[in-house]
Amino acid sequence: MNINVTLIAQIIAFVTLLWFVNRVLWNPMNDLLLARQKRIADGLAAADKGKHDLELAEKRAKEHLVEAKSQAAEIMAQAERRGNEIVEEAKEKARTEGERLIIGAKAEIEQEVNRAKEQLRGKVATIAAAGAGRILGREVDEKTHADLLKDLVGQI
Amino acid sequence: MSGSSSGNETVEYIQHHLTNLCVGDCDPVTHKAVGFWALHIDTVFFSVALGVLMIVVSARLGRNLVTGTPGGFQNFVEMIIDFVSGQVKDTFPGHNPLIAPLALTIFVWVWLMNFMDLIPVDLLPLIASGVLGIEYLKVVPTTDLNTTMAMALTVFALILYYNIKVKGVLGYLKMFVFHPFGKFFIPVNIVMSTIEELAKPLSLGLRLFGNLFAGELVFLLIALIGGTMAVGLGALIWFPLQVVLDLGWLIFHLLVITLQAFIFMVLTIVYLAMAHTEDH
Repeated sequence: MNINVTLIAQIIAFVTLLWFVNRVLWNPMNDLLLARQKRIADGLAAADKGKHDLELAEKRAKEHLVEAKSQAAEIMAQAERRGNEIVEEAKEKARTEGERLIIGAKAEIEQEVNRAKEQLRGKVATIAAAGAGRILGREVDEKTHADLLKDLVGQI
Repeated sequence: MSGSSSGNETVEYIQHHLTNLCVGDCDPVTHKAVGFWALHIDTVFFSVALGVLMIVVSARLGRNLVTGTPGGFQNFVEMIIDFVSGQVKDTFPGHNPLIAPLALTIFVWVWLMNFMDLIPVDLLPLIASGVLGIEYLKVVPTTDLNTTMAMALTVFALILYYNIKVKGVLGYLKMFVFHPFGKFFIPVNIVMSTIEELAKPLSLGLRLFGNLFAGELVFLLIALIGGTMAVGLGALIWFPLQVVLDLGWLIFHLLVITLQAFIFMVLTIVYLAMAHTEDH
């Protein structure tokens, strides 16, 4: 056995080295490895999240598409309905307008008829007086026979 | 040349190689330490130099750490650190920030000191005596019992510290009294537990010392084959044999030094893990 003060020196050397290794090598390296571990984990998590997001987006896009389709169908149906309505309305309007026109025309016709009748009445008296004068061979004074003529015209 | 003088030369050669560069309380003739106050300068020098190498390389690496894709050397160091922390995680219960750096220090430092064994045995002593005029030089710090026991005793101190910290003084003493055979064999228990505890640092230190000392000795013997046995034409046979044997032992020893560093590290973790467990 050859144990001497070298033992003490080596213990001091060992402990010093341990302290240095802990400070210079282990701690920075460990921090680094932990940081890298975290980075990798984060990266993987981000990748997973991205995948998940993509799936969600796809799902959402599909939903949007379906919704848009149904909406379009609804709009089209609405448009069709509205078109029908407009046509119906137009028809209705045309009918009422036509009826109104017919009524107006009828009234006008009636008016015209009445006016013609009035004219005729006026002329009938003259014609009647003239006719009667011819027949009687003398002048028929309209004034003297006004009552008679009025009565005649009233009969027409 | 007589057999006895050749034998003396051989013994002298080996003795010379196994003698530390001693200052202080040393024998002036054999140059061996005789008292406690003797310092093996070569042991301290090489172990501290390797430690400084570790620190300098680590510091330089620490300044250029890359989080993203590490380069070659950082990758290598990360591999070692991953390996060590993997061992700690597998063996050590709970969390103690000291254990992993301790294991790392032991593994790398012991490996580096062991590696000095693979440098040709005569190279550094020859340079030392030729250039610097230093007569004695023992290159491998782990072939000095002082180095291995220094580490073993430091680990033992930590074992005691954590035993007392985790179990309390009474709890630790209780373990001595009631372990391993229960309360009816208290005297036996005390003896057994004491031996068990003391065997920890002893086995740690002596195992490493023994392996490396023996390895160094084998290298010396292989070196002797070509050196003292080869005379004239004999060299044609002995020299190639020496090369082949040396290469073989070198390759085998590369495994041994790694294994020994690994064993020292793992046992340190295991002992400290035992110190941390309440239920022994």
